[in-house]
Formats: sequence, structure tokens, C-alpha cells
Amino acid sequence: MNTVLFEIVLVVVMIADIALLGTSRIPACIRIVAAQGITLGLLPVVVDHAERPHIIALAAITVVLRGFGFPWLLSRSLRMLGVPREIHPPLGYAMSTVLGVVILGYCFWLGARFEVTGSGMTRLVLPVALATILIGLMITIVRRHALMQVIGYLALENGIYALGVGLSIEEQLIVELGVLLDVFVGVFVMGIALHHLHHEIERPDVDLLDELKH
Amino acid sequence: MLTALFIVPLVAGVLALVVPRVVRRVLMPITGLVHVAIMVWAWIVRPPPELDGWIALDPVGQIFLSIASVLFLATSLYAAGYLAEEDPGWRDDIESPLPFINAPEAVFASCFLFFLASMTVVTLAQHFSLMWIAIEATTLATAPLLYFHRHKRSLEATWKYLVLCSVGIALALIGTFFIAVSGQTAGGHHIPLLLSELTRTGVMLEPTWLHTGFVFILVGYGTKMGLVPLHSWLPDAHSEAPSPVSALLSGALLNCACLGIWRTLQVYASAGQVGAARELLVGFGVMSVVVAAVFMVNQRDYKRLLAYSSVEHMGVIALGMGLGGPAAFAALLYAIHHSLVKSALFLLSGNILRVFKTKSAAEVRGALRTSPWTGGLWCAGMFAITGTPPFGLFPAKFAILQHAFAHGYVVIGIVCLLFFAIIFIGLTGTGLAMAQGEPPPALGGATRPQWLLVLPPAFLLTLSLVLGSYLPAPVHEVLTAAGATIEGAR
Repeated sequence: MNTVLFEIVLVVVMIADIALLGTSRIPACIRIVAAQGITLGLLPVVVDHAERPHIIALAAITVVLRGFGFPWLLSRSLRMLGVPREIHPPLGYAMSTVLGVVILGYCFWLGARFEVTGSGMTRLVLPVALATILIGLMITIVRRHALMQVIGYLALENGIYALGVGLSIEEQLIVELGVLLDVFVGVFVMGIALHHLHHEIERPDVDLLDELKH
Repeated sequence: MLTALFIVPLVAGVLALVVPRVVRRVLMPITGLVHVAIMVWAWIVRPPPELDGWIALDPVGQIFLSIASVLFLATSLYAAGYLAEEDPGWRDDIESPLPFINAPEAVFASCFLFFLASMTVVTLAQHFSLMWIAIEATTLATAPLLYFHRHKRSLEATWKYLVLCSVGIALALIGTFFIAVSGQTAGGHHIPLLLSELTRTGVMLEPTWLHTGFVFILVGYGTKMGLVPLHSWLPDAHSEAPSPVSALLSGALLNCACLGIWRTLQVYASAGQVGAARELLVGFGVMSVVVAAVFMVNQRDYKRLLAYSSVEHMGVIALGMGLGGPAAFAALLYAIHHSLVKSALFLLSGNILRVFKTKSAAEVRGALRTSPWTGGLWCAGMFAITGTPPFGLFPAKFAILQHAFAHGYVVIGIVCLLFFAIIFIGLTGTGLAMAQGEPPPALGGATRPQWLLVLPPAFLLTLSLVLGSYLPAPVHEVLTAAGATIEGAR
């Protein structure tokens, strides 16, 4: 295992988490989540799984999909929608960045307490993965822009991918297939929904979709 | 042969995209018939596992498979009649000034069939990853069905459904990871994620990871099952979907998510420390009953009323699973009857919507006059769904409550009884008022019944009535075996 590269990967993932929270322009967010996806794709190559060819193949697919496929889809949807930034998010950018740092700290504290049977690598990946999952979840919940919800969901997926690699689960193939399918469903179907959202109403804010009351 | 159970609808789903309209409408019920035939064959023959044990028919899966199969046959017949009645062009929306159009019928039929295929895989899957993929596939197949009527409300419902269920399914994946980790002991040995392997070697699983995994799976699949507080997508999705889709969503899909939790509970039980899991399930169950009851009182939209009733019933099933013992048996019986009755009601609500052109319960009056069959069945269904004898929900509900009282859950039993009473008043009050009285003069006299739209719900209600008074011995046997799977060592 290449320790230096490994740590760089984790640091990039963390920076991407925080940057996502503080960025208002959606094209920038798309690029950030793509960069995070590409970096994570390197993770199996950096750690011991490198000798298993199917892992490398799936990592390559991950990089292509998350680094290029989904960003392209998202940018296309964005061009159709024509609103490059979120207006008045319910939770301000500064506030959500601070919250993100708190989540990160909490996850490191949590990670230190977990009994891990795997290698020393797990101890480092676990907090970063958990933080990425939580931050992705937070973006999906607090942002009102439909595209930002998809981006949050992608970050959540990135976190799950990191978790799958980090926990060094023996049935790796299943883990990666599962994540790929998850991303597939999340983005493609949401993309289709967005397409109709565009035709249906002028602005992409999901706030406009508030006709159904309890 | 088990493989054929999901290959047949899969192939039919692809075919539905290319064949002409007349063939397509017949294709759905025919697939349903073939599916039921194989399902019945499986009851007689008890086929062995297939695909390296990834696909097998165990008692719990068999029950949920049978429900899905029967419901699909009924709803596909209904759907054939439903599609024939649908106006294919642009038309006025009943609730907003914007006109809307339907999605292409080929997409509907194809997704409807894929939906059956994915549900079948959920019930047969013995590997946690395969089950997860199949549950994910049900979301994928149902999203276009929800958005069949292309207006703003159904789009909103579909979006909510996709976002919440995708997050739920992501959490369930994390839970599956943790269960895999719990089976990885020191020394590089690992237990495969096959149900049979996990339950056989349950005691070797690492308890902390297993528990964390269960919590994630409960929350993840619980979202899809509609347990409070993860239910917020359900009333929207189930009320905005076309009626045959609502019927399948409520009757069969919620069960599939429930099966995901059941399987995990099986592993937990075999590990011999199921106590904590039971408390969680009881908590979610009671909360669902209470919250659903609150939303059902004064609910003006009758399809939403039925949707909240589904939340309540899922709560009762979770409660039964949590209590265990005879209550687990009763929970499964409850699931069967809820599926039959709730699907029938959703199909009937489609007929009412077609005649009265409104979803507001206050504006529907005299359904018995305008459409005697639909109105009569609707009244019967209302009594059935609230657990009135002689319908089958009554003994199941009774057994769950009895077990709660007998095992020290007295407060929970009393709370449930109280809220069941509220739900009874809310549902039957609204439902019967819709059937009785004078219909609005604009509607005119009684309309000729469209048999394809009346016979399927009549069949489902009759089945619940028959199974409520007479449970065949083989069914009883399978239910008992299934209920015992979450017993474990107490």
C-alpha cells in the first residue's frame, strides 16, 4: 500500500466535502463531486486490491461514470434548466460549512471508537467515508434545488463507495456492482425526472412542488 | 423453474415495448396467469434452490411471492380495462387548470411487467446483495408508473419517491456492508451473505457490526416499507399513481420491503440476540399506527386515506414481527389479508374516481346508486380493512394484540386498541358516507358496470373472506414454518 498516495486521496475527498457545502454555483459543485469520484476511483489501486483485475476494471468504470458520465448528464440538465445557482438555500453557505466541519470532527471521534478487525487502513477510511455519507445526506435534505439534491446524493454514493473499499469486504465484486447500480438509478432516473421537471414548470426549485399537503 | 418466475415477466416486459396495442393489453393478464400457474406449481412440487442457492423458495418468500403473484393477476386484468377507458390525448386535469397527457401505454405495460419481475426476485433472493439489487430494481420499475399521468402532482410525488427511496436504499446498502463485515472474523475467514449460511453460523457473527447493520437496514428498507417517520413519500406516491399501480404498490411492494427486514431479523435471531431488534420494531410499529391514525382523521382525499391506512397496517406488521412468537405468524397472515383488501380498495377507488371525477371524499355521495357493484364492494372493503369479522384481518389483528397483552406489552396494547378505534371510525365514517346518500344530479342514473374493473376487486375481497374463515392446511403449515424463522434462541 502506498501510504502517501492513500492519504492524499483521503484528504482530497475531505476537501471536496467541505467545498461542496460552501459553493453556491452549481457548475462548480458538479466539478467538485466529479473530482471526488475520480479520486475515490483510485482508492482500490492505491490499496492492496491492485492484484485483482476485476477490481481494477470496476474502478475504471467508476472513474469514467463518476468523473465524466454523470457530470456530463448533470451539466446537460443544468443547461436545460438554465439556473446556475441556488437562490436562498434554507441553510446558509457559511453555516453549512461550519456544520460540515463539525460532522467531520464527529466522524473522526466515532471512527476512533469503532472496533475494527481489518487493516490499519480501515481506521482512516472509515471516518472520511462516514463524513462523506453524512454530508451528502445533508445536502440532499437541506438544498431545495433539484440538481443540488442529485449532487448531494452522488456525494452520499461516493461515501458508500469509500466505505465499501475501506471495510475491505471480501465480496468486493458485489459491493462495487451494488454501488454502480445505485448511482445508475439515482442519476439516470432523477435525470429523466428533471427533464420533465423542465417541461413542466419554469424554475427547478422543488419548493414549487408543494401542492401535495398532508 | 424458479428462474422462469422472473424470466417470464422480464421477457414479456421487453415484448410489451414492441407489440401492437391489442396484444399488449392481453399480454399483461397472460403473464399474470403464467406466473400464478408456476407459483401454484411451486406450492405442490417445492422446487430445489437454483443458481448456486442464490434463488430459492423458503416459507416466508413463498408467502410474499404468492401475494405478489395473485395481486398481479388481478391488477393486470383491471389494468387492461383501465387502459381501455383512459383517454389517450390531452385532457383537463381535475385539480388544476393545466391539461395533461398520459405516458405512452407501452411504457406503462413494460414497467408494470418489470415491476412483477423485480418483486419476484425480491421474494426468491437468498443472497443479501441480490435482494438489495432487486429492491432497488422495484424502485426503478415503479417510478415511470407513478408518473403515468403527466401532471405536476404526480411529478412531485415521483420526485419525492425517488429521492427518499434512493436514500433509503443507500442506507440499506450500508447495512448490508456491515452485515458482511460482521461475518468477517479474524484469520481471513468470511461467511458468505447467503441467508442459509448466515443463519447456520449466526453465533459466529460479530454482534456490534450485526446490530449496526440491522439498524441501517431497518431504516433503509423501513423507508420503502413506509414506517413512520420515514413514510412521507408514501401518501403522495400511492394517491397520485394510477389505481392499478396504487394497488400493487400498497399490496405487494410494501411487503417486499418488509421481507428485506424480515430476512435480516432471521439472521439476527439465529445469532441469539434478537431482543434489541424487537424493541426497535415494536417502537416503529406503534409510532406508525399512532401517526397514521392522526392523519386519517379528517382526511379529505379518499386515496390518501387508503395510503395512510397502509402506513397503519405496515405498523401493525412491524409490531407483530417485533413481538415474535405467535404474533409473527399473525403478522404474516395480516400481511396476506391487508394486501388482498387494500388492493381491492385501491382498484375500487379508481372506479369511483372515474365516475365522480374528484378525489375529495366530501364530494362523493351515493356511489351505491351510480355504480352498485363498486359501491357495495367499497362498503365491504371498508369493513374488511378495519378488521371487522368475518374478514381475515380480524383474527390476525386479534392474535397480535392478544400476544402483546400476554407478554407484558400492556400499554402498547391499549394504545393500539385506542387508535384502532379511531381509525375504524375515520375510515368507515368517510367510506360509508361516500357510498350512501344521493349522487350529484349531474351524474345521472346508474352506469353499466365494466366487468374488468369490478371483478378483480370482487375476487380479491372474496379471497380474503374465504381465507378468513378457512385457512387451508398447507398454507397454515407454511405460515407456521415462516413465523418460526425469526424465533431463534430467546
